[in-house]
Amino acid sequence: MTVSDTRPASEGAGSTAPAPPPAWQTWLRASTTGSRTFSVLVTAVLLVVLFGAGSVRYENFGTPQVVLNLFVDNAHLIVLAVGMTFVILTGGIDLSAGAVVALSTVMAARMLEAGWSAPLTVLAVLATGALLGWAMGAAVHHLQLQPFIVTLAGMFLARGLCFVISVPSIPIRDPAFTSLATNFVELPGGTFLTYSVFIALTVLIAAMWVLHRTRFGRTVYAVGGNENSAALMGLAVSRTKVGVYVISGTCSALAGLLFSLYMLSGYSLHGIGMELDAIAAVVIGGTLLTGGAGYVFGSLLGVLVLGTIQALISFDGGLSSWWTRITIGVLLLAFVVVQRLSTRSAGSSG
Amino acid sequence: MTLPVRISRSPLLWPLAALLALLLFNLVVNPGFFTVRIQDGHLFGSLVDVLKNGSPTLLIALGMTLVIASRGVDLSVGAVVAISAAIACTSIASADDPSSPGAAIVAMTSAIGVGLLLGAWNGLLVSVFGIQPIIATLVLMTAGRGIAMLITDGQIITVNNETYSWLGGGHVLGLPAQVVVTGLILLLVAVLTRRTALGMLVEAVGINPAAARLAGVRSRSITWTVYVFAAFAASVAGLMISAQVNAADANRAGLFIELDAILAVVIGGTSLAGGRYSLTGTVIGALVLQTLTTTVYSVGIPSQYSTLFKAVVIIVVFLLQAPRLRAALRRRRRPAPPPPASGGLPSGPVPVGTDLGPTPTAVGAPAVPTGREPSGSTVVGAGNDPAEGALR
Repeated sequence: MTVSDTRPASEGAGSTAPAPPPAWQTWLRASTTGSRTFSVLVTAVLLVVLFGAGSVRYENFGTPQVVLNLFVDNAHLIVLAVGMTFVILTGGIDLSAGAVVALSTVMAARMLEAGWSAPLTVLAVLATGALLGWAMGAAVHHLQLQPFIVTLAGMFLARGLCFVISVPSIPIRDPAFTSLATNFVELPGGTFLTYSVFIALTVLIAAMWVLHRTRFGRTVYAVGGNENSAALMGLAVSRTKVGVYVISGTCSALAGLLFSLYMLSGYSLHGIGMELDAIAAVVIGGTLLTGGAGYVFGSLLGVLVLGTIQALISFDGGLSSWWTRITIGVLLLAFVVVQRLSTRSAGSSG
Repeated sequence: MTLPVRISRSPLLWPLAALLALLLFNLVVNPGFFTVRIQDGHLFGSLVDVLKNGSPTLLIALGMTLVIASRGVDLSVGAVVAISAAIACTSIASADDPSSPGAAIVAMTSAIGVGLLLGAWNGLLVSVFGIQPIIATLVLMTAGRGIAMLITDGQIITVNNETYSWLGGGHVLGLPAQVVVTGLILLLVAVLTRRTALGMLVEAVGINPAAARLAGVRSRSITWTVYVFAAFAASVAGLMISAQVNAADANRAGLFIELDAILAVVIGGTSLAGGRYSLTGTVIGALVLQTLTTTVYSVGIPSQYSTLFKAVVIIVVFLLQAPRLRAALRRRRRPAPPPPASGGLPSGPVPVGTDLGPTPTAVGAPAVPTGREPSGSTVVGAGNDPAEGALR
């Protein structure tokens, strides 16, 4: 008792004795320990630096359309990363995301081929994603199985269903889908965006609202911070934990629909490793994998960083495509190490 | 504790039941599955194929078992397989005499050496920097295949070297070389971890690294060692996989093998939460997976259904292993025993203090007791079974 009493007192005396630290330092420390706005800021700076470097190095890189293309080419990944953020914020992980994307593309293509109407197809695909997510969430929470293992089994199940529906790639010729895929929204300055981008941004804004402005969203952070404390506070842990997997499943299905618009085909081998891209984007966006801290907006920035790397490598032309993966790995490493060091110093100072 | 109770509580029960059910299914549907014939002094047949094709996965699963026991996970083994295959094949292809045994030995040594380095890298991130294992190994998993592509320059490198292809298709005493090599490594691991305190120390780190360190266990070096061993196992498996086809395909070699290995470990009853492990379980788990794959092909299930079939079997095994579900099932079954016990027959551990209800309490929290008790028996089992696994 005496030991634990004296130590904080002496530490407190030690830290108050020197002159108070400058305001920027307290702000920095507060943001690294608390809200993690700092990590998001780092990602934003990285994005600007990467893009700036590209604009200096390559002609035509620094044009508005290249920026917009980052969104156009990665609309599905944005949605996927949003769903993944929810799961990771609770301290879980969803490895089934890429396989659910493939399942959605195959389901959509097959149903449209069989003559279903486009709205009905979309509903059925989203419902399947939500159902798969619900089943995985229930297994994680009620059976107390590891998220890693449950979603791994979910990944095999979803891929298995893909192969059963169709092994070869199915083209999508439905007029509603093709018009949505091929029509653009003209923006001033001769630039354009696809409708997918608006859908993805809507999902992003909805997710931000849910996470920061609803009881469910706050519970997600609470569960990720400490599940036992959240349960003792009387929060609806069960509903939240199952809920995030439902959200992730639905987001994966929606990402699959956007991807099927992008590719205009359904193929059982679509989206292999896409869950890794989503996880990498979430981590680069500053969300802690232990859960409880992070922003969905950071995940958007993470996706854009990945997109910029891909754009840089394709603009260069001389670099082979495998450099993309190596660069993403190195970035992931840098972010994880920085995160680790910042949380460690925060832990020892606080 | 009576034998039936011990058997019903053993974590090996369900994986073993799954394996037996699969074999029984094969016996009924496809009796040819069990024929083993000798040709040119070598054994051939579906059972031998199961052992041979399951060897790389089993080898990786062995390393994974120790990593998982220390409460970690290694996602990078598939990438290590690709890198190891790439290094070995490019080294042979660029040697002065690509068909000489010397070239093969240099290639294998350098591939395993790089494997050890990659393992040391993972171990550094996990034990020194304290990064979560999933993330630390995700880095290499993401970058690794890119590195392998860089080594092979994006090509599929084919080699023609007898010494090298022996590892993939050769035989020792009638058994495939892969099986013998895997069996030897299994035996080594079993003796090193179960006949010495090493296995217990790994488990101690898995239960609570800080407590283990305070108790005098060198947590950091033990964590480091298990990652190095996992990468070593993966690089040897990479050599086997590429020797089997005499080529290195950086894109496809060892793709998803980390998932198969983790599945084998989990099916074998080792908890992902760390703290205990069973090598026997891992062997059974790997055999279950490979028998499943072979069954799917030999029974003639259309190939597009094979993944779904595999997924469903895996899900059933997981559900049967879920602590909650097992506890619920046992609670439902439990009320039956007391009446016969009061009838005078010493049928179980019930008699002492039945009215105080210690048995229900033990059942109510099954995770610890069921996990701890059989680990004594796995010590014995791990010592014996590897030999069986190698000789079967």
